Amino acid sequence: MSAVVTRPTGVRTKSTLKERWANFVFEVKKNKISYLFLAPFMTLFFVFTVLPVLLSIVLSFTYFNMLEWPTWIGWTNYVRLFLADDIFLIAVQNTLVFAAITGPASYMLCLLFAWFINELQPKLRAFLTLLFYAPSISANAYMVWQIMFSGDSVGYINGQLLYWGIIERPIQWLVDPTYMMTIVIIVVLWMSLGTSFLVFIAGLQGIDNSLYEAAAIDGIRNRWQELWFVTLPVMRPYMMFGAIMAITQSFTAAGQITALTGFPPTDYATWTVMQHLQDYGFTRYEMGYASAIAFLLFATMVITQKIVQRLLQRIGQ
Amino acid sequence: MKIQLRKKRLSRSAGGDFVIFLFLAAGAAFMSLPLVYSISQAFKPLNELFLFPPQFFVRNPTLDNFNDLLVLMGQSWVPISRYFFNSIFIVVFGMLGNVIFASIAAYTLSKHKFPGKKLVNEMIVLSLMFAPAVVSIPQYLVISWGKMINTPWAVIVPAWGSTLGLYLMRNFIEAMVDDSLLESARIDGASELRIYWQIVMPIVKPAWLTLIILVFQSLWATTGGMFIYAEQWKTLPYALNQIIAGGIARAGVAAAVTLVMMSVPIIVFVFNQSKIVETMGTSGLD
Repeated sequence: MSAVVTRPTGVRTKSTLKERWANFVFEVKKNKISYLFLAPFMTLFFVFTVLPVLLSIVLSFTYFNMLEWPTWIGWTNYVRLFLADDIFLIAVQNTLVFAAITGPASYMLCLLFAWFINELQPKLRAFLTLLFYAPSISANAYMVWQIMFSGDSVGYINGQLLYWGIIERPIQWLVDPTYMMTIVIIVVLWMSLGTSFLVFIAGLQGIDNSLYEAAAIDGIRNRWQELWFVTLPVMRPYMMFGAIMAITQSFTAAGQITALTGFPPTDYATWTVMQHLQDYGFTRYEMGYASAIAFLLFATMVITQKIVQRLLQRIGQ
Repeated sequence: MKIQLRKKRLSRSAGGDFVIFLFLAAGAAFMSLPLVYSISQAFKPLNELFLFPPQFFVRNPTLDNFNDLLVLMGQSWVPISRYFFNSIFIVVFGMLGNVIFASIAAYTLSKHKFPGKKLVNEMIVLSLMFAPAVVSIPQYLVISWGKMINTPWAVIVPAWGSTLGLYLMRNFIEAMVDDSLLESARIDGASELRIYWQIVMPIVKPAWLTLIILVFQSLWATTGGMFIYAEQWKTLPYALNQIIAGGIARAGVAAAVTLVMMSVPIIVFVFNQSKIVETMGTSGLD
């Protein structure tokens, strides 16, 4: 569509401001359809996402209690986080452990179940998709687990274990730091077949069958070879999407954890960075400090995402 | 399309099929816990709800909880249909806007070449990783400056700009839409808007069907939170939460409410995955 138009002269030589402006106008005109298509979304994106994020980064260098006008305090929030906030360091440690386990595990679960389910007939596939997605549909699904892991002798798990004689007295599953992290991880994994799971299933359905037929002729022997050499390379864009979901969900988990082990939990055993942020932002009204936490969390996630992106590019080689 | 019954492929062993079947069955049993539990709870009579030790399955199922819920809904000061209308209004407009704005921008960001494309794509990925909690205050200021507080638009308009939808659509278009197809349509003289609507959108139908489920679910659960204080624009989840707020005396009704709130996204999901939708929209292409 952009065949015969020529650029205004003198673009590559030392360009004056006027020429640059002319060049800019030319580019905008040439691509006006692209910019037109982008305009509605980008306006909303700037107003409701970019602007608030930039404001929040600025706020991280201030003291802001949400009542008075913020006062500039430079790096103080960041210094305080690392040197004067012991609980933040506990939260960092917990979050790293939690993310290192639930991130990759939930990602693998989504991919594996989506792949298995995709082989089934459409009706059965829709039914199983619904069943696996159910914990994400029902917002307060973890209620089931509160009753399962209830600390008294009539909680389902305690009751059974007592009945079988494996334990002698009820275990305080959600209050005893020895068990808390494990239980939280199990429940979060159980709830993790959400967005990326649906995306993987939709993506797998979009793969052309002729690809598989060609691969079978080329000598693909079993389903694992087929997965690695045919399916996954085609799935790469969806896998990148899934990776971002896994990263954000594992690094910013808070709601389910609060519901299970309380706010704050015993000895801060399951205290995450996101909970720390909520604590400062909405209990103590120190929005500047909370913004600093948010920025560090953001930086960590971006670095993780870049590494994962590198790894995903190696698929199928 | 290509999603019909899979033909038996060469690369499958019967043993492997069996192991996978077992794995799926075990998984399904484990994952269906919340559904089974919510259904069972909703039909329990009060004496079973408070039974000690608690029982997982209902023994004498009853509709009492639903009857109580109907009575309470009938006594509501604002007619319950108003809350229902508000919820539907938010869901429908929020969903339509998000799918359309996001998909047209996603098509552009994936298939057009223009200065600034790389920057915008990078910004969108980055924005997905910023904790939403701290941006809520600036967002509130923007919404209040736009005079949208106490109107459903306070929830709908920000939903239109949701980056998740855009990123999802962009990745699907990248993977499923062939450049040569678009090129030949351009040679045939199709306008960009037509290419987007009649070529790209039908191909990525699995993508927007998935997006519809995700957006529906998040908007259906919205209570209006910190944006809607006017009673005439409160949503159904808010009204039902008010009913549950009666505490222990309303335990039965609460169980019924949970099931009602859950069943709507499930119905949408089932409809979404059914044959009716499967044939809709593709008629122009195949």
